[in-house]
Formats: sequence, C-alpha cells, structure tokens
Amino acid sequence: MSAAPAFAPPPRDPARSFQDMILTLHDFWSHEAGCVILQPYDMRMGAGTFHTATTLRALGPEPWNAAFVQPCRRPTDGRYGENPNRLQHYYQYQVILKPSPGDIQELYLKSLAAIGIDPLAHDIRFVEDDWESPTLGAWGLGWEVWCDGMEVTQFTYFQQMGGFDCKPVAGELTYGLERLAMYIQGVDNVYDLAFNTAGVSYGEVFLENERQMSKWNFEVADTETLFEGFRRAEAECLRSLEAGVPIAAYEQAIEASHLFNLLQARGVISVQERASYMGRVRDLARSSCEAYAAKMTPEWQAKYPGWSLV
Amino acid sequence: MADFLLELACEEIPARMQPKAKEDLARLFAEGLAKAGLSAPAIETFATPRRLSLIAAGLPLATSAVSEETKGPKVGAPPQALEGFLRKVGLTAEQLTERDGVYFAIVEKPGRDTAEVLAESIPAIIRTFPWPKSMRWGAGSITTESLRWVRPLSGIIALLDGAVVPFEVDGITSGRTTMGHRFHHSGPVEVADAGSYVETLRAAHVIVHFSERCRIIREGAAKAAAEAGLTLVADEGLVIENAGLTEWPVPLLGRFDESFLNVPPEVIQLTARVNQKYFVCQSSPSGEGDHAQHGGGAGAAARLANAFVCTANIEARDPAVVVDGNRKVLAARLSDARFFWEQDQKTPLEDHAKKLSRITFHEKLGTVADKVERVAKLARWLVESDIVTPAKAGASGGSDHTPEVPASAGMTKARLADLAEAAAHLCKADLVTEMVGEFPELQGLMGGYYAAKEGLPQEVAEAIRDHYKPVGQGDDVPTAPVTVAVSLADKLDTLVGFYEVAERPTGSKDPFALRRASLAVIGTHLECGIRSNLLHVFDQVVDILIHQRLAKVPGAAEDAKEAAAKMGVVTASIVVAGVVENRSIRNGTDHHRTSWDLLDFFADRLKVQQREAGVRHDLIDAVFALGGEDDLVRLLARVHALQAFVGTEDGTNLLAGYKRAANILKKEAFEGGEGVQALTYTPEPAEQALIDALAAAAPRAAAAVEAEQFGEAMAALATLRAPIDRFFEEVTVNDADADKRAARLALLAAFRDAVHRVADFSRIEG
Repeated sequence: MSAAPAFAPPPRDPARSFQDMILTLHDFWSHEAGCVILQPYDMRMGAGTFHTATTLRALGPEPWNAAFVQPCRRPTDGRYGENPNRLQHYYQYQVILKPSPGDIQELYLKSLAAIGIDPLAHDIRFVEDDWESPTLGAWGLGWEVWCDGMEVTQFTYFQQMGGFDCKPVAGELTYGLERLAMYIQGVDNVYDLAFNTAGVSYGEVFLENERQMSKWNFEVADTETLFEGFRRAEAECLRSLEAGVPIAAYEQAIEASHLFNLLQARGVISVQERASYMGRVRDLARSSCEAYAAKMTPEWQAKYPGWSLV
Repeated sequence: MADFLLELACEEIPARMQPKAKEDLARLFAEGLAKAGLSAPAIETFATPRRLSLIAAGLPLATSAVSEETKGPKVGAPPQALEGFLRKVGLTAEQLTERDGVYFAIVEKPGRDTAEVLAESIPAIIRTFPWPKSMRWGAGSITTESLRWVRPLSGIIALLDGAVVPFEVDGITSGRTTMGHRFHHSGPVEVADAGSYVETLRAAHVIVHFSERCRIIREGAAKAAAEAGLTLVADEGLVIENAGLTEWPVPLLGRFDESFLNVPPEVIQLTARVNQKYFVCQSSPSGEGDHAQHGGGAGAAARLANAFVCTANIEARDPAVVVDGNRKVLAARLSDARFFWEQDQKTPLEDHAKKLSRITFHEKLGTVADKVERVAKLARWLVESDIVTPAKAGASGGSDHTPEVPASAGMTKARLADLAEAAAHLCKADLVTEMVGEFPELQGLMGGYYAAKEGLPQEVAEAIRDHYKPVGQGDDVPTAPVTVAVSLADKLDTLVGFYEVAERPTGSKDPFALRRASLAVIGTHLECGIRSNLLHVFDQVVDILIHQRLAKVPGAAEDAKEAAAKMGVVTASIVVAGVVENRSIRNGTDHHRTSWDLLDFFADRLKVQQREAGVRHDLIDAVFALGGEDDLVRLLARVHALQAFVGTEDGTNLLAGYKRAANILKKEAFEGGEGVQALTYTPEPAEQALIDALAAAAPRAAAAVEAEQFGEAMAALATLRAPIDRFFEEVTVNDADADKRAARLALLAAFRDAVHRVADFSRIEG
C-alpha cells in the first residue's frame, strides 16, 4: 500500500490574498513569540479586546502569549454594502504578549515586513493614542500605528483591566485586517480584496451578508426581543456570578453589550437612557472580571508567592 | 571644566509632551546640581519621538571643599552642655577648636567628583520625572513598584567629558550607546562625547534639535507649496506637532480630488489638520490671515487649493508612493465630510431644530429646544424694545466714532424683529447635524452655511454663523443688527438662567463660562453703543424663563402660588420647578433678586474688562454706587469723564474738599440737608461765595448729567473747587452760634449732594 501523497504547503502570498496575510501573521506570531494561535471567540462582540484570551488573561501574574482573528460586529457602522470602507462585520487580528517583551515594537514591525510592508517605502509612525474602556474598567497607553497616514494598528500597553493594575503589563496589538489588506493589495474598495489566490473576492464572501445584516441591524431586528434579551443576559450574568462561574458571567456581559449595540442601531435608546444602559453593561463586565480575578487569586499566589491582586 | 551629555531613549514620546519634557529636564537637572553646590553655565535640551537629551557645558569636575563651622558652648560651661554639643556634632572634645573662649566644631567636607554627584542625581530625576501620564511595562511590572516612564525606557547615555558616568535605574545601565533612525539606520550608535552628539546622530538620520526639525518642516512645507504654485496656510501648531512625530522630517505635497472643494474650506482644513496632521494650501498668494468669506461658500472655497502637505519620517524610496497612500486616507476622510455635508442639507434647519428637544441643556433649565424658544422670544423683545435697532447695532464703534451707514440701513423695526426671531429659532439647529457631531468646533459656522444653502435671508445666515461671538477677548464683536440681537439674547438667557438655578461662578470654577458670557455682553454693548437698562433687561429674561415653565406645567401657576403661600414666602410669589420669582428692592427700585445679583456680577466683570484700558475700578464703583445706573454705555461715559476730572488739579482738590465736608457731616451726624437755608445772619464773604457758586453749579451739573454731557457736569463741579477751598480756609463751621453752625452744615451737605449727583466721591481712592 502506497503512502498518502505528501502535502507541502505552497508559499504564502500575503500581497495578493487576504487569507494568506492572516496565515502569514499566524506563522509569524507562532514562530517569533511562541504565541498560541487561537480561533475566534464564538460570540458576537464589538472588538477583539472582549475575547477572554485578552481581557481575562491580562489579569494575573502568569505569562500569556496568544494571537487570533476576532470577527467584530459594529451594527451602527453598517452601510448596506455601499460604502467602500465601512462594514458592520469585519476582522481584527489580536496579539497579546504578557509580560510585554522589550522588543515588542521590533517584533511588530517585523510582522509588517512579513506581510509585505517595506518601512523604507512606506512612512510608518507611532502616534500617541491612549486606550480606555470604561466598560471593562481598563486603560492603557500606546499608539495608533500609521502607515502613510492610515491607522493600521492599535498598540497598547495595558495598565489596568477590570479595575486592577496589570501585574505584569501586557502588550496588545490590534491589526485592522481589511485596511491593511486594502493597502497591501492596492485596492480602494474592501469588496475588491482578493480573499485567496484562487479568484474569490471579499465581496463574494461578505457583500450579501453586509446588505442583509445592515438591513436587519437597522430595520428588522425586533426591539422587544432585544430588550428582553438584554434583561435576560443581565439576570443570567448575576446568577452566574452568584454561582461562582465568572467566565460564564463574563459571556453574558458580552452578550448584553452586543444587544445594547443593536438597540442603538435600531435607534430606540434615547440620549438619557444611553448612559444608564452603558452603566449596566459596565457593572456586569467589571463584576465578572473582579469575580474571575478573585477566584483565580489563590492559584496565582500559589504559583507566584508574594504576588497580590491589589 | 567638563561637558556632560545625558540621553534617555525610549519608545515614541507623544508629540504634545516633548516641549514641556525638555523644560522639565533642564529644570530638574539644574536643581540636582544646585543641591550639590554645582551649577552649569549652559544647559541645552533636545527631544525627538525616541529620546530626551541634555548637554550641560562647562561643569566643574568636582564640587569645592567646604568647611562647616558650628558654634558650641563657652569654655568652662557645665559639662552636660559640652557633652550635649559633642553628641550633636559627633566629635570628641579634643577635636574641638577654641576661639575667644568659645568651643567651635569645624568639619572639613572634601569636594566630590561631579561624576559622583551626577550618578546620584540623574536616577532620582528619572524616577520622579513629571510626565503628564506615565506607564509600567515588561517583566518588571509584576509589581507596581517598577519604574514608570512615558513609554518604555530603553537606554541611557551619560557621558562626562566622554567618560561614562556609571549608574543603573531599574535594570537599565548608563553607557554610550543609542539608536539611530528607526528605519534609516540599523545597529547601535556609539557616542564619543557631548560635543559630537548632534552630528553623530545626524549621521544616523536623526535630527535631535527640536527647533531644527520645526524649521525643516516650516520651510519645506512652504517650499513644496511654492513649487506647486501655491501658498501654504501657515500653522505653527502643526509644525510643532509634526516635529514631535519625526526624527527626519520630509514634507511632501499631494493633491486631492478637486470635487471635494465643494465642501466648505473650514471643514477641509479641519479634517486635514485634526485627523491627519496635514497642512493645506491656497491657490492664490494670501496676505494676512485667512479671511475666508464665511457663509458665502463658493467665494471661500475658490481660495483653498486641492492640495495638502504631509510630513513623512523617511526619505522614501519613492515619495510618490507615500503621497499616494496619504492621499487615499485623506480622500476617505473627505468623503465622510462630504457625506455629512450633503446628508445634513437634505433636512432643513427647521427640522434639525426639532431634534433639539432631545438634548438636555441643563437639568433645571430644560432642553436646548426650550432654550432656543426663550432666546427667540428675547431676541424679538430686544428689537421691539428699541435696545437693538438697525441704526445702532449697524454702526460700528461707540458714540465717538462717526457711524458708518449699516448694511441693514433702512430695515424696519418689524422686519428686524422677524429676522432676529427667525435666526434665533435656528441658531442651535446645527448642533444635531452630522458635521457638527464630528467637528464640534464648527458649531455656528455650519448652521450659517446650511442656512445660506437653504436660501434663508443673508442676515439670518450670518446671525446663525456669528451668534457665538465674541468668543473670548480679542474676538470680533458682532455688529450686524440681527446677529447682535441673537447673540445678546443667547448669552443673556445663559447668564440669567444659570443665576436663577444657582449655578454661579465661584473662585476659579466657572463651568458654564458665565464670566466669558458677561464680558461678551459688555463688549457688545460698548462696541455697538447699545443703550439698555440692564436691570430691566434681566427682569425680562427672568420673566420669559418663568412663563416658559408655567406654560409647560399645566396648573403649575396655581400650585406654585399655593406652595409659596404655605411656605409663607413673602418675596417668592411664584415657585415653579426650580424657578423662583424672587424680588428685591434696592435704592427704591424693585427688580428680580437675580437681576440685582447679576448687575453686581457685571460690575465686577466691567472692572476687570476696563482695567486693561486703564480705567480705575474705584471710579466704576463710584458711579455704580449711585444706584440705578445700569446703562453700560452711559456708565462708562460717566466714568471716563470722572477719570479725566480727578486727574486734574481741580479734581484732586475738589475731592479733598469733598472728603473734608463729608467727614465733618459724619462727625456731626448731620441729618437734614434740605438745600441751602435762608440765613438769619450776614454770611462771611467766603461763605457767600460758596453759596453763590453752588447756586450756579448745582443746577448746571444736574442738567448736564440729565443731558449725558458728563464733561460739562465735571466742569460745573470744577467751579466749586476754589470756593470750597476758601470756605474751609476762612470760615469756622463749628461756630458757637447754633444758627450759624446749622446753616454751614446745611451748606456743606448741599455741596456734598451736588457732587453726589455726578458720582459717589466717597468711593474714590486717594
């Protein structure tokens, strides 16, 4: 019996393929920083930062290096597939390195070179941009990275998460994948991006999705169901906290956050109510982070004697 | 003498923090030296995105030796005293020196090497550096005790005369190695000494002088524009910001699609500036400033060119590639701006204005829609009460100037009232437009553009555009009548509203910018020569506020009266949802208490505002103290005349005479003062002279004040100076004869009262 035909992966072509760009980043961060390459979190969320691999893992003393793609949903950014730059669903590439390595900037620039950005052909700049998420009780200092004037990455040193000082500090990189790909492939319309080298475009994959989901977000979604969903997520989050399962509680906070975003897109939350809803989401997320940190602290302290949460 | 170089290398320092960081470094370094008794004849500092450096030239190599002498007890003092002294100075009795029968402890402190002093002081500077925001990083951050810096600190150069000054801060040791330009230079850069620092780094593609980078950007951008036949719109803020973002700045000119020029030029400039840090250019050479023709649209846009200048941090392999990338980003931004511009115009301002009912102005003052309703009523009232009139507001300058013929000449009062009300109704509508949501600093301006596009009368568009003016001192004061009416109404409503709900400025706190609003009202009155009785105007604003509340809450009027009655409130006749009708009487006139309070506030602001113009605050007090003077124009004319008068010899002497008279009257507790009495005796010549002078001067001064001829009123007072002086010289007031005494006191009282009709001289200092 003959052996199965050997498979030799073809070289990546990040300059002509969206998926090859992602695979190159996976290769890079796996190889250069020992990152675990995770798959997206299987919930709807507004930013990669919500992934537990970022938020919850930023807490505590243990080293943690991870990279993953996270689909992001921003209902209010939907444009029915008619705007060349704006999408209600897009991808972020997240890298989290804890503690932040001394050569994190060099690693990052090397990753850009790996996907085809030559820093002597393109003007790359680190422009002050501090990050804050009241929802997560988190903030950090860093930059938005510009490539010829375009923001391609958010680069943050987390200082606090869930209201706790990060000990140690994690470095977070968030690449805007579609923007970077448009730049590298030289296209002006996101739907014209080559998804792979076999002729499939980004538009073929997502254009119809954008049309239908924009319509659903803005016009169709049943607001009473959304309100009810929000209330249930809130209740379930509190139940989970009481039951001592803060990761489950955190998932419900993510759910509530997304439902709030959908309600915003439907235009049924007034200015006054808005602050109150945001406060409720913030309470859920922060309580979950706090409960998670409190639950894990004995384990962390056993491994790192002398370490303390506050 | 030695030169010292310090470089603190780190990841990109925010541009806005670099200038201050340079100053702080120089200051802290000098303080560190001073503590050790050293000083540097010359300190120079440098900042780039990746380093903060300092060169101190001419340092001594060591601190000088110091001999410290401490005086002790007398020889032969009790042994306990001597023992105590020895403990204090840490010496034995043999080590003391005796001089003139007293013990002295003399401690010789040898000089210290400067290197040693630096190795001690620099780490302290690093640990306590006052960055506006600092952070922790890396493995060390497992405790919160780890070093904080603006971004991760990566290296330290410390060289004294070329030799490393060794020290360590949080695991980073000082040395002579740094990095060059991030992309144009690879590998470490060795620095020999302070003298070669600047050129060594230049060779590594880093221009360490902040000011040199500014110059390259300023001149390079202007040159790039000139080469394209354009004029750069100078922007020093952008020059500094770009200098803080580059180590090797290269200004590059690019073009954007000409069709974007349909968008107002202010929007294009702001988009380019705020979002992308680009300069913009004009198609024709321009002189002073940038006087875009607001509201006109087309005229202003024609002057802005479809070009931008960005500042790269590299000598790109192909600059066209960098420019093209930047062009695309700007195009996406301008597309958004154009989308807002077009989208906003699909809805008339009238409809935008309806959405203002969703925005809270202040919890106790209702929504922005409520405010707009009040402002519209007030704007109409200001016209109908002849406070704002076509002629007055159209004339620029006060009464001293020859009024120019205003553009609105010939406008009827009714038309002006209609336009003012209409403009006021729409003046805040742009707050809910997409464009102002994106760029709040364009409030007013966008409303003006949209009004013009809608075909509303030009006066209305201009009033919407300019009604926030003047924004701070030095800003133009509106003079077009419709604009003046809306601008005044808006600010008066804000002032009275916040005063009513007790949100008044205190100390340094003025969250609603009421001081600025009052200065704007004062400035507009004086500039446009607007005659109004402020108390009356304030009362009207309070009434509008109260009536709006009453109209909004059915039955509130009755409830409020009942509540007020129950509370036993006498002065508060109406209490409604936070608005209290609270009246008070001063100087015999009855106004809302708020109006009085606000007049006091205006008096204070007027003093501050006039101080720069050299007007004495005590003279303003002297006129305000008369009570009832609430016409700013008249008040100031009076103060000016008074200031001119008290500066003359007559004025000074009259003031002295007045004070003497007032003191005597006070001392004698003289009541009465029903004018000059018929005399029962033959007056002395000096007495008769004063009686005659007063008889002539008092009516003359009163008539002059009535006619607002304040110079003439002062001239009338001046005629009293010689007689009053002579009176005090020759006449005894406290005569033994009771009749004489009473008559003379009455005469002095009449003199005082005549002076008082012009100003309260008791408030005048000196």
